Amino acid sequence: MNVVAPFEGIGASVRRKEDFRFLQGRGAYTDDFNRQGQLHAWILRSPHAHARIRAVDTAKAAAMPGVVAVFTGADMARDNVGGLPCGWQIHNKDGSPMAEPPHPVLAQEKVRHVGDPVAVAIAATREQARDAAEAIVVDYEVLPAAATMEAAQKPGAPVIHDGVPNNLCYDWHIGDKAAVDAAFAGAKHVVTLDLVNNRLIPNAMEPRAALGEYDRTTGEYTLTTTSQNPHVIRLLMGANVLHIPESKLRVVAPDVGGGFGSKIYHYAEEAIVTWAAGKLARPVKWTADRSESFMSDAHGRDHVSHAELALDGNGKILGLRVSTQANMGAYLSTFAPCVPTYLYATLLAGVYTTPVIYCEVKAVFTNTVPVDAYRGAGRPEATFLLERLMDVAAQETGIDRIELRRRNFIPTDAFPYQTPVALQYDSGNYHATLDQALAAADWAGFEARRAEAAKRGKLRGIGCSTYLEACGIAPSAVVGSLGARAGLYEVGTIRVHPTGSVTVLTGAHSHGQGHETTFAQLVADKLGVPVAQVDIVHGDTAKVPFGMGTYGSRSLAVGGSAMMKAMDKIIAKGKRIAAHLMEASVDDIEFDRGTFRVAGTDRTKSLVDISVAAYVPHNYPIEELEPGLEETAFYDPKNFTYPGGCHIAEVEIDPETGKVAVVNFTAVDDVGRVINPMIVEGQVQGGVAQGIGQALLESCVYDANGQLLSGSMMDYTMPRADDLPPVGVATHTTLCTHNPLGVKGCGEVGAIGSPPAVINAVVDALRDYGVRTLDMPATPAKIWQIINGGRRMAAE
Amino acid sequence: MYDFAYHKPSTVADAVKLLADPDAKAVSGGHTLIPALKHRLNKPSALVDLSGIAEMKGIRRAGNAIVIGALTRHVEVADSAEVKAAIPALAYLAGHIGDVQVRNRGTIGGSVANNDPAADYPAAVLGLGATVHTSKRKIAADEFFLGMFTTALEQDEILTAVEFPIPEKAGYAKMKNPASRYVMAGVFVSKGPMGVRVAVNGAGPCVFRQAEMEKALAANWSADAVAGIRQSAEGLNSDIHGSAEYRAHLVTVMAKRAVAAAG
Ligand SMILES: Cc1cc2nc3c(=O)[nH]c(=O)nc-3n(C[C@H](O)[C@H](O)[C@H](O)COP(=O)(O)OP(=O)(O)OC[C@H]3O[C@@H](n4cnc5c(N)ncnc54)[C@H](O)[C@@H]3O)c2cc1C
Repeated sequence: MNVVAPFEGIGASVRRKEDFRFLQGRGAYTDDFNRQGQLHAWILRSPHAHARIRAVDTAKAAAMPGVVAVFTGADMARDNVGGLPCGWQIHNKDGSPMAEPPHPVLAQEKVRHVGDPVAVAIAATREQARDAAEAIVVDYEVLPAAATMEAAQKPGAPVIHDGVPNNLCYDWHIGDKAAVDAAFAGAKHVVTLDLVNNRLIPNAMEPRAALGEYDRTTGEYTLTTTSQNPHVIRLLMGANVLHIPESKLRVVAPDVGGGFGSKIYHYAEEAIVTWAAGKLARPVKWTADRSESFMSDAHGRDHVSHAELALDGNGKILGLRVSTQANMGAYLSTFAPCVPTYLYATLLAGVYTTPVIYCEVKAVFTNTVPVDAYRGAGRPEATFLLERLMDVAAQETGIDRIELRRRNFIPTDAFPYQTPVALQYDSGNYHATLDQALAAADWAGFEARRAEAAKRGKLRGIGCSTYLEACGIAPSAVVGSLGARAGLYEVGTIRVHPTGSVTVLTGAHSHGQGHETTFAQLVADKLGVPVAQVDIVHGDTAKVPFGMGTYGSRSLAVGGSAMMKAMDKIIAKGKRIAAHLMEASVDDIEFDRGTFRVAGTDRTKSLVDISVAAYVPHNYPIEELEPGLEETAFYDPKNFTYPGGCHIAEVEIDPETGKVAVVNFTAVDDVGRVINPMIVEGQVQGGVAQGIGQALLESCVYDANGQLLSGSMMDYTMPRADDLPPVGVATHTTLCTHNPLGVKGCGEVGAIGSPPAVINAVVDALRDYGVRTLDMPATPAKIWQIINGGRRMAAE
Repeated sequence: MYDFAYHKPSTVADAVKLLADPDAKAVSGGHTLIPALKHRLNKPSALVDLSGIAEMKGIRRAGNAIVIGALTRHVEVADSAEVKAAIPALAYLAGHIGDVQVRNRGTIGGSVANNDPAADYPAAVLGLGATVHTSKRKIAADEFFLGMFTTALEQDEILTAVEFPIPEKAGYAKMKNPASRYVMAGVFVSKGPMGVRVAVNGAGPCVFRQAEMEKALAANWSADAVAGIRQSAEGLNSDIHGSAEYRAHLVTVMAKRAVAAAG
């Protein structure tokens, strides 16, 4: 019987291998690991946004039942524990480096945000540790706080860090200001817009956790942690914070329940448990509860911008001028400085032929949780600004919003296309994704739906966003020149076992993305090994040679490309072995999905024949060729990748309550070659859910004293299933021209393209109320106020 | 959570004795109390678990009223054929509290005793003119809800049942808080043996009756009758989800919808 195996290669919607354990609750997450003699840490956090620590009294806490140790910042200083490092340096307009104040692991002298770690109590049980932490007496001198960027920049504002005047981290710019000013001088229309990109709290399903271990016999440390990039944590914590050589430090990121960026960074708790495990020679575990996550995970977004667009009489864009303030929070998180600069301002050309762009960005310290990359990181902020600006420009020039976009699209034959803000796009077809989305969303039939909704008393609106993003992070030399303190290549090892099954070691890390399936499909496609016989190993510095982890939609474009390079080496070596076995010339050996063939003959050897020969040889050219079939490759991308596309949202507003319902959502994305369509759809769906969350629901709110008002799910509106419409996901592919797979990345497009589509739809729904713009999130109360205000205006 | 003693009495009388300790607390579904304990917001000396008290369970019809035992879970009220037939608005309200997990655990007694301003049941109790049965006495709804999280119950007094007179008509409509999904502003209306009643929850610090709307509906039972009545914003709640003015506006909108739902 001839059983035809189902196609599992590139383009097949192979079911996710990892779902068996995830859906059955059998994943192994950091908190699931428990060690002999393990202790529990509870971190005492600052209740104040800004205060001087006069004294910390731990005597009572240390004497409590089960307590093994209580440590403060002073203990860490005594051990020369370093501060948490920042991985990216930005330079000011005048060329001087940004302000980079210390970020102590446990507070030294001062606390700077609610949730800032002050001390740690370590005890036999978590409850005992918590009891002890509550018994620590901290004598605070409460200082005035700067909870907003406005407050932090006012004359006489509280000084958050000594030596950082005006709480200014940096004042950076990009682009040719004089050329932009000249373009504005000659413009027919100038459209201006003030925008706020709301601050978000990531809320991955699994709260952060860390388990530190120390082996006195070997001097080795192991940190098990909820990280998107264990090698990066090993590098930063080993070299900068705890001064442990990498050979003595193993970092494991097992199953991780979502990250969205918030688990990229090196956090204080990782250093605390590792250091404490060494001091106490016992394993120490810390697991955040949800309330802690709200005040200790890095937040996202938080921009305030003023944008101006210059257009000629035909609606052709002549120039763009943007001034942005970006909130850094109280300290610089690992990648914070690059988010509002190189991941933001460089994206301001979008899909348009804007000839000149100038953007200046002031990064400001405030007494709030540090802000860093969150799904999309900088690119949603750029996209929101541009796509709102395009809609307002359409309104003010009287040119249809779709037509205005088309007139400014980078033509399909203009690639590679150099923007005025550093990036060079390799491929794209913006007309095609727009056309496909307009058809799928029945844009042409909208007015009839609006009229029908009006009969039901609802205000219906439609909006689109034609977006572009840059991911596949990142070409190392380029980012190095822009301030990154490390290159961003990726590593892949392909180990073909003697009987032909394959283990892949990858530096990328899966925390929901389905790598175990997608990466296995690459092997199935290239080497002809069934997906079931391919195992993906990731997240362990002891197993995987190196890796920069997963963020910036880089895993496939960079990690997958490294795997492809390694497989090329496997094939090249396999050909030499096959040539030997079949007594043919290497040049005559062809390889296709698992079979080596002497060209033009029916003489073949399978991959299994070759792998057996490579490991347990009877007949092997051992003098010329090392046995074994394992290859490692490093891949450094030549450029970013540039996914893009069109998102269309259709909303209905209940004018009596102000509640906005997204009734339809269409996403047509160009993510390059699609390896697994089902996983791509899932990634886009999830991203769109977060984008709708940002547009309509989510908002991190501090009061003037720096207290977090949206500090739990009771007040922070996470999107829920019933907030979300059916999302139509389709792709239109142009291949990335510079990586071996032609892939671009799909992890962030949903969160990048969707928020302006939703807000454009909301503004459209409110067209009879004279609404020009509104800030996210478009909550019922805000919409009601607009409608109410509009009515009042109409009445006056 | 801090340590506490745990008791599970099987009669109301035993429970009352255990609650003589001023630091002891009753627990029913635990869906409000347990999260508070986990956050260490509460430090009771003992929890008196009422869930083993048979006499506090069940739904029955008693003449022209429905009597619901305090331990009855929201899902049981929502699914009860008796309630659906007699007071469909009450079944609807119970079926729209929180989510499935909340409805499977939370009890009517816990909800009414807790008197969260943003809870659903208090609107039905006040809006139907129900009578609260306790281990000591019977309390009319109008005398029961005293203020935010405050009721007429004494420390050692247990809510045992709620008796709802069967109305001619009743309806409930609410606007949910986008984050917590508790009530941002809700209105329960009824017409029946207790007259015309309009109870407002969510909007203020405690459920209250809207007299002007009651008068208008008594004269003309229609959504139009309340459409023009403006609730004053004074004293209403204001937070990051909506101002007092917004909540006041919602009271009128929800009143219209509740009347429309009542038919
Ligand atoms: C996620 C979530 C969402 C929710 N959403 C809603 C919502 O939308 N609308 C809504 O109305 N509610 C909501 N709730 C609350 C839920 O309905 C609660 O379960 C209910 O309010 C309290 O009932 P319980 O049986 O759980 O009370 P418990 O938590 O057991 O007790 C609550 C309080 O009442 C006291 N108590 C309990 N029973 C008695 C009694 N018989 N006599 C005297 N005192 C007593 C307790 O001592 C305690 O102080 C939500 C809860 C959660 C966790």
